[in-house]
Amino acid sequence: MHELRIHGRGGQGAVLASKILAKALVEEGKFVTAIPAFGFERRGAPVAAFIRFDDQEIRRVNNIYAPNSVLSIDSSVIRAINVFEGLQPGGTWVHSTKETKEQLTLPEDLSTLGLCDAVSIAMEIFRRPITNTIMLGAFAKTTGAVSLESLKKGLETANFRDAGLQQNLLAMERGYHETQVFHIQPHLVEAI
Amino acid sequence: MTTIEKAITPDIDDSHYQSKTLVCDGNEAAAWGVALARPDVMAIYPITPQSSLVEYLSQFVAEGIIDAELMNVEGEHSVMSALQGAALAGARTYTATCGPGLAFMFEPYIRTPGLRLPMVASLVTRDTLTPQCVWGGHQDAMLVKEAGWIQMYCETVQEVLDTTTMAFRIGEHPDVMLPVNVNSDGNYLSYGATGIQLPAAPLVDAFMGEKNVNWHAALDPERPMAIDPLTGGAGGPGPSMFANYRKSQCDGMQNALRVIEETHKDWGDRIGRYYSPLVEEYRLDDADYALVTIGSMTGAAKDAVDLARDQGEAVGIIKIKTFRPFPVEAINRALSKVKAIGVVDRSVNFGWNCGPVYQETLAAAQRLQRFLPSASFIGGLAGSDITVEHFSQVIEDTAQLLKGHHYDEPIWINRND
Repeated sequence: MHELRIHGRGGQGAVLASKILAKALVEEGKFVTAIPAFGFERRGAPVAAFIRFDDQEIRRVNNIYAPNSVLSIDSSVIRAINVFEGLQPGGTWVHSTKETKEQLTLPEDLSTLGLCDAVSIAMEIFRRPITNTIMLGAFAKTTGAVSLESLKKGLETANFRDAGLQQNLLAMERGYHETQVFHIQPHLVEAI
Repeated sequence: MTTIEKAITPDIDDSHYQSKTLVCDGNEAAAWGVALARPDVMAIYPITPQSSLVEYLSQFVAEGIIDAELMNVEGEHSVMSALQGAALAGARTYTATCGPGLAFMFEPYIRTPGLRLPMVASLVTRDTLTPQCVWGGHQDAMLVKEAGWIQMYCETVQEVLDTTTMAFRIGEHPDVMLPVNVNSDGNYLSYGATGIQLPAAPLVDAFMGEKNVNWHAALDPERPMAIDPLTGGAGGPGPSMFANYRKSQCDGMQNALRVIEETHKDWGDRIGRYYSPLVEEYRLDDADYALVTIGSMTGAAKDAVDLARDQGEAVGIIKIKTFRPFPVEAINRALSKVKAIGVVDRSVNFGWNCGPVYQETLAAAQRLQRFLPSASFIGGLAGSDITVEHFSQVIEDTAQLLKGHHYDEPIWINRND
C-alpha cells in the first residue's frame, strides 16, 4: 500500500487533485481511497488530503500519518507547516517551487525529489497561480505511480469542460514534462 | 420514469444491465442510492457534513437523473413536516440531515414512526454541540435511537449506496411500515472518495418491484379518513388503543429484523454484493475475545485484528450494522463464541459513563446467562481518527480481560493523541 499526503492552501484545489488522482488510479485497476483533512476550509489556509492506493482492497478509513510520499502543490506551505511530518525513510517529495534542490532543506533520508516551477506554468496557461493539475503531472513524472494518460482520463471525468478542460490537460502535460527528478539516495527507494 | 435509465445507461442493449464504475465519496454514493430508488418527493436543508449530499440531489434533479419534486425549505423542521404530508399522499420520500439539523428536526422526526410512514433519511453522522464542532461522530444518531426509526450503519462508501436503496424497500415492507435512517460517518465516509460500482438501473427496478409506498393511509379526497386522532388517556377505549398502537410499532420493528435480512439477501442475489445485514462476524469462529465495532471504524479494526492474529492473538470482530432494531439474537450468537469483549463507540452515553453500543451489547448479553468480561472504549469523537495503532491498543487492553483485569471506567481512545 502506498500512502500519499497532498499539501496545499485552501482554494488551490488540493482536494480536487486528490479526487482526480483517485480516478486515474482506479482507471489503472488500483484500489484507492482519498480523504480530505477536515478543518474550517478557508481560502489560503493550509489544507491536506490523504490518498492510499494498493493492488488489494483497502479497508482502513483513516487519515495518513506516515506517508510514503508528499506532494506540496504550494511553494509557501512548507513555511507554514512541517510537510515532512511522519514521512517514511526512503520517501518521495514532489514540490512546487522556483527554487533549486540546493536552495531547499531536504529531510535526511529522502530518496527521490521532484521539483516543478508550477506557478510559472500556471501563470502562462491560466493567468492565475492554480497549480493542482500541474503538480499531478509532476507527481506522475517523479514517482511513476500513475501514468499521464490515466491522469488525463481522470481529469476528463472530473467537472471540467471545454476550454477549462483543455487548459488543465495542457497544464498536466507540462507539469509532467517540466519536472526535474532527483534520485538522491536510490538505495532507499521504495518500490511503488 | 425513464430519466434515470437514460442517465446511467444511454443505450438499450446488454450494457443496460451492466454496472458502472464511479469514483465518488459517500455523499455522492448516497445520492446515487436515492436516484436508483426513484423517490417522488425530497425536501432538503444543508448542514455539514451532509451538505454535498443534498447538492448532488439538486444536481441530479436538474440533470434529469432523478425525476422527483425537490423542496428547498427553510429548515429541518419543515423538511420533515413537508415529507410527512408527501408520504401521507403516497409519495416515496427522502431527506438527509445530521447534528444540529437533526436536533431542529426532532419534533416531526419522532412523529414519523408513529404515523407509520416509510421514509428514508440519511444521517451523515456528526458529533453534537457543545463544545463547538462540525465533524463526524455518532452522538447525533445515538441521541435519537429511541425515536422508533430503523437505523443501519454503513462501513464503506459502496455500502452507503447499496444500503440507501435497500432502505426504501425495507421501510415500505407491509410488515414494517417504518422510517429508516441510513447512517454514514461524517467526514470519513461523507468525503472519503473511492471506486465503487453503480448498479444498473433495470436490475434495481426489478429489485424494488412495483411502487406501493403507503397503502395503509393516504390523503385522498375520494377516501377521507382521520389521521392521527387524539388517542390515549386513562378512560374509555384510550388506554388499550394507545398500548396496542405502540405494540404494533414494536412489532413492526421486530419484523424489520427479518425484512432487513431478506432484503439484503435479495440485493445480493440480484446485484451481486452481499452484506451481513444485522451483525458481521470477522475471524470470530476460533476467537477467544472480540472487538465490537460499528460504522467505518471497522476497516481499521479488521486491519488491526489481522496484525494481532499474525502475533498469535485469537481475536475477532463483531460489527453491528443494524442498530435499530437491536439484533439481539444475532449479537448473542456472536457473543456466545467469545470469553471477553471490547466495545468501541464513537459517542458517549452520559448516563452510564460508557458508550451506547457498549450498553446495548451488555443488555443483549445478559440473556446469555453467563458473565462476559467487557470494556467500553470511546473514540473518534468530533472527527478524531481511530487508527490501526489505536485498535492494536484496544486489542491489547481487551486481552487483559481474559487475565482477570477489570475496567471501572471507559477507556478514552484519543485522550492522549
